[in-house]
Amino acid sequence: MTTSATQPRITDVGPPSYDKYLPPMVRKNYGAWKYHETLAPGVLCHVAESGDRLYTVRAATPRLLSIQTLRVYADLADKYCGGYLRFTSRNNIEFMLEDADKIEPLKQELAGLGIPVGGTNNSISNIVHTQGWVHCHSAATDASGLVKAIMDAVCTHFTHEDLPAKLRIAVACCLNMCGAVHCSDIAILGVHRRPPKIKHDVLARVCELPTLIASCPTGAIRPATVDGKQSVQVVEEQCMYCGNCFSVCPAMPMSDAENDGLSIWVGGKVSNARSAPRFSRLVIPFLPNHTPRWPEVVEAVLKIVNVYKDDARKYERVGEWIDRIGWPRFFELTGFEFTRYHIDDFKHAGLSFARSAHVRY
Amino acid sequence: MAEATNGKPGTEGKPATRLLDELEKGPWPSFVTEIKSASRTSNSARDLLGQLELSYEDRLSHWKHGGLVGVLGYGSGVIGRYSDVGEQFPNVASFHTLRVNQPAAWFYSSEALRTICDIWEEHGSGLTNMHGSTGDMILLGTTTDQLEPAFQKLTHAGFDLGGSGSAVRTPSCCVGMARCEWACFDAMKLCYDLTMAYQDEMHRPALPYKFKIKCAACPNDCVAAIARADLSVIGTWKDDLQVDHEEVANYAASGMDIRKDVCDHCPTKCMEWDGQKLSVQARDCVRCMHCINVMPKALRPGKEKGAVILIGAKAPILQGALLSSVLIPFVPADEILDTLKELIQRIWDFWDEYGTNRERIGEMIQRVGMAAFLDGIGLDPAPEMVSAPRDNPYIYYQAEKEDES
Repeated sequence: MTTSATQPRITDVGPPSYDKYLPPMVRKNYGAWKYHETLAPGVLCHVAESGDRLYTVRAATPRLLSIQTLRVYADLADKYCGGYLRFTSRNNIEFMLEDADKIEPLKQELAGLGIPVGGTNNSISNIVHTQGWVHCHSAATDASGLVKAIMDAVCTHFTHEDLPAKLRIAVACCLNMCGAVHCSDIAILGVHRRPPKIKHDVLARVCELPTLIASCPTGAIRPATVDGKQSVQVVEEQCMYCGNCFSVCPAMPMSDAENDGLSIWVGGKVSNARSAPRFSRLVIPFLPNHTPRWPEVVEAVLKIVNVYKDDARKYERVGEWIDRIGWPRFFELTGFEFTRYHIDDFKHAGLSFARSAHVRY
Repeated sequence: MAEATNGKPGTEGKPATRLLDELEKGPWPSFVTEIKSASRTSNSARDLLGQLELSYEDRLSHWKHGGLVGVLGYGSGVIGRYSDVGEQFPNVASFHTLRVNQPAAWFYSSEALRTICDIWEEHGSGLTNMHGSTGDMILLGTTTDQLEPAFQKLTHAGFDLGGSGSAVRTPSCCVGMARCEWACFDAMKLCYDLTMAYQDEMHRPALPYKFKIKCAACPNDCVAAIARADLSVIGTWKDDLQVDHEEVANYAASGMDIRKDVCDHCPTKCMEWDGQKLSVQARDCVRCMHCINVMPKALRPGKEKGAVILIGAKAPILQGALLSSVLIPFVPADEILDTLKELIQRIWDFWDEYGTNRERIGEMIQRVGMAAFLDGIGLDPAPEMVSAPRDNPYIYYQAEKEDES
């Protein structure tokens, strides 16, 4: 399509200015907020130096949104918020109100639309996640379905602030981790468990061999001639199924319905509060892709949440709780099996070995 | 397992979605319901539903690997996607996605949101992600011929594409000064200014690999800058945190156990509560935010605000996941933009010279060594950069430098 005479083609305009869509009260008190209070789960009140009070109602979204639903959000913004709204870094939607009397009517209207309100403070917020089978070629699982199944099961922890501290869940469909699952209280990570199935007949035509060979973190990919064609071979015992070769070469597909599935990791965080940010650690090496609702995964998440809720002290994030009780007790309380897969054997593995005589019995 | 439907049309031309229908049950809003909503007016959304049902039966993705598509003059911002079952689902045979720069901290007017909806109703599937993991608004699924008209409508509406491939990715930020009393710098403005400064580097990939920038206005880090950004800007303050003793007393009077809930959780034990007064050894404070989070009316960040600049976070591929680590311990708030622009240029010059293809900045630093990297970008080493000095004696002594001293 060419540009019309009245509409010249323009590029590199960048996003709207950072202050273009700020609600009036936000604009007025920008940089001059004094403190905030929580009025109810999902309902915050920010108080400005000027004395202005801004009420925020935080609600769930499935992240994958139709324009029909976005228009409903826009209508709600017009009706309650002077025509403005925002989304959060965890895919929630926030309605900001100047009038406290509108909080309850908005909450009731959201309830009528089947939209839970919550996700603040010591609750489970929405799940950060990736595309999965909806739009990704390398996914070992679907993200949206897992999120739906898990959030259905823990929804009361979204709508109630009933946990020792905030609990953040993330889902990523493969080791590329488009969602930052590696620093979450509970991380669900899609994994492959078999080496790539090499398409020797097309490989040299569709892939750049040096790039492909260099893509392997363990050097498992070697040049080879197969049936007279230039190709590669994979030293299978060196392959840890990361899928990076497939990222650079479509002739190295990883997907395998029987062997793809999920792993579960816990104890990561990004906030600096109390303890330093840290990675999540492996607790379940593999669970199957039982569509459409992944019952084993949901059960494992519920187990972790329930044990944490019962055993952790106030303000302890999952990782901080495990710091106190120790990993042996975590495995004992959850009933998850500790296996050889839990012991790191990649680079710097020794850093995670128990290098002291501090043992809890 | 029950009889497979293979996503074939059921009644009234709609695909039979026996498995996906299960994901419309329960209290959480359903993405399946969203795809069905879009299906009412969009053939591609309907075929997406069919293909996704097939994926739920096969437990495999039915998207092919990549595909180079884009808009004129840009090398990024469009994710090419082709179906491997395009004959069965012709309306998603090609189903490309546009990454669109979000407004800072994801603020929208209802008018802007409706404009986006109208553009995507006309030129795409009617499905979106609000938002993608990096922060972009994701317009999910269209055909190659619709990319250019959609793009032109977007730019005329004041929106532009984000990054993909070996480019600067769309910077993102927390809500910052717009609605947070803890903001130590103007994260939204910084995010916008950086996005505008690097339009070319975002739209025309010319770096060794992706480069992500995230701006979190305080150490609570609501955008996971330390875990997800090659360059992480995290707000902090240099002077003492501010204490309103009257409000501390009010928290105590309202039943808060100040010693247990606040002091005992302080990582450096810099606070004491004698039942009357909170005393703070401010020099020991590491600005973790716990006490401020617990008593927002009584405690606030100090007045000398700024940010700590960290470098190198990434997910596991290739050599293992990394968190960002400290590069500049403190930059005053009004100097952050200029400092970053100069710093980023020096980082990119070094990365361009020494980075290998598809090597993130964090992995390059692991390979060449942080000290060599600091030499390369002209920064002096500082003790804030390490959790502790090295514990091995394998030191690359530099003869000339030792001779000089």
